[in-house]
Amino acid sequence: MLLTIASREFRNLFLSPLAWAIMAVLQLIVAYLFLTQVDTYMVLQPRLAGIEGAPGVTDIVVAPLLQTVGFLFMLIAPAITMRVFSDEKRNHTLSLLLSAPVSMSDIVLGKFLGVALFFLVLLVMLAAMPASLYAGTTLDTGKLAAGMLGLALLLSSFAAIGVFMSSLTEQPVVAAVSTFGLLLLLWIIDWSGSSKEKVASLFGYLSLQGHLSSFLKGLFSTTDVAYYVLLIALFLILAIRRLDQQRLTG
Amino acid sequence: MDTKILIRVEKLYRYYGHHLAVEAISFELAQGEVLGFLGPNGAGKSTTMQMISGNLAPSAGRISINGIDLLDKPRQAKAEIGYLPEQPPVYPDLTVNEYLAYCARLHRVIKGKRDQAMARAMQRCGLEGTGRRLIGNLSKGFQQRVGIAQAVLHNPAVVILDEPTVGLDPNQIRDIRTLIRELGENHGIILSTHILPEVQATCSRVQIIHRGRLVFSESMETLRQRLTGSALVLETAGPPDIDMLRQVEGVSAADALDGNRTRLHFDADNPADRVAACVSAHGWGLVELALDRQTLEQVFVDLTCSEQTSGTEAAA
Repeated sequence: MLLTIASREFRNLFLSPLAWAIMAVLQLIVAYLFLTQVDTYMVLQPRLAGIEGAPGVTDIVVAPLLQTVGFLFMLIAPAITMRVFSDEKRNHTLSLLLSAPVSMSDIVLGKFLGVALFFLVLLVMLAAMPASLYAGTTLDTGKLAAGMLGLALLLSSFAAIGVFMSSLTEQPVVAAVSTFGLLLLLWIIDWSGSSKEKVASLFGYLSLQGHLSSFLKGLFSTTDVAYYVLLIALFLILAIRRLDQQRLTG
Repeated sequence: MDTKILIRVEKLYRYYGHHLAVEAISFELAQGEVLGFLGPNGAGKSTTMQMISGNLAPSAGRISINGIDLLDKPRQAKAEIGYLPEQPPVYPDLTVNEYLAYCARLHRVIKGKRDQAMARAMQRCGLEGTGRRLIGNLSKGFQQRVGIAQAVLHNPAVVILDEPTVGLDPNQIRDIRTLIRELGENHGIILSTHILPEVQATCSRVQIIHRGRLVFSESMETLRQRLTGSALVLETAGPPDIDMLRQVEGVSAADALDGNRTRLHFDADNPADRVAACVSAHGWGLVELALDRQTLEQVFVDLTCSEQTSGTEAAA
């Protein structure tokens, strides 16, 4: 049942031109960034050759690229997630799901999986670019894999936050703006130069980006995985509660 | 046919904030019944139907579908329901086939029976040949039919239709009425509508809901007898003598109406022929002699207008 809803959601995305436009634009921008990054490496390469233990191509090309991909996704994720529940409410199609023999958690999880799967497809397509470097050089596969895992977790949390925000309102644009606001806040939250160490470390822990950067360094730590998993679970539970609440209050 | 109780609703309440939309509604629906839900706009019809279909949670009360409590076991209970809301819940981006296949999967129709169920629902709702068209490109009437097809697709025990004939042309309305009567033979159906003749044509029971309360609930048979009435209206060319009419055998009372019209009440058998004989014997000139039929519309207006003048608060 979960998978039925997830696959419908996933395929629905491809029915709108928006998803295709986003895919095209994203590919173009990432390709441009990738080429400039490779260019930088070419310039640096002769100097790096003389240094002992210098950063390799993975550190100079792949890590910054994946970091930027994460940032770009923050910009486009709201446009994808905004219509998840808002559209259903506006088209009065939510009652189809509500009167079908499926539970609220099936509906929310299904929607989340559909969107997350779409993001992963996009990510895999973008990963083809750094992977193409294998043709001319050797990459640090471990670092690349850790970076991809980090991004996959990051994108899934974008999806969860977007699904929740979409359950709050009937207006897709409102959902998009508030999703973007929350994502941006979580992205920059560790920028606050708080003098108190406890506050700073709390904000540092909450930051979406902070946890990604350790993945990009090739660090696979359970703290970071737990952060993303907790974030996803939190917002999905909130979305389920929200929809249940709506049945009570109308 | 054994009459199985398909829906049992007990003391249903629903508040929107402080506004009481549905108050203490209780009723039952047996297999083979078509229940017509009538009421002015905002009376609570849709709210009640949304609660029975599980789209809204009641503030208080119990609902059981085919013996399964909707609040305790929503999943099992909802499997027995087909629901068409006021707005057909269709996705404009899907084709009719895609949409119905999705609905079949949502309602757990077994894989091998899906095609058959879809073909049957499409044939019943007159959707043959539209399978590959986008729902968004269909006319309102066809979208409505897709909505009905969705509600009957999984062959549920109970079908709840909220204003199913809105936006349809007269031919389609007749088709849908036939479909409803056909479904009513094996299922239990709740139908809400504003069109009173529709109720008389399709329903076996009528309930009128007004300001959140159930104010009228009768089977169509009882209603028909009641509507036939126990009065005659007589119109004559010249003024009749009321006292003489009162003495006609079988007439219990007579009131003069405007013009040369008189209403004659009777208790047992219809005294029309004796009245006619009396009129012609006195040479008043018979113009018309007819049974005073009360229509469903009058019942509706009587029940829902009297209170409306006293209360001004608009229902939500």
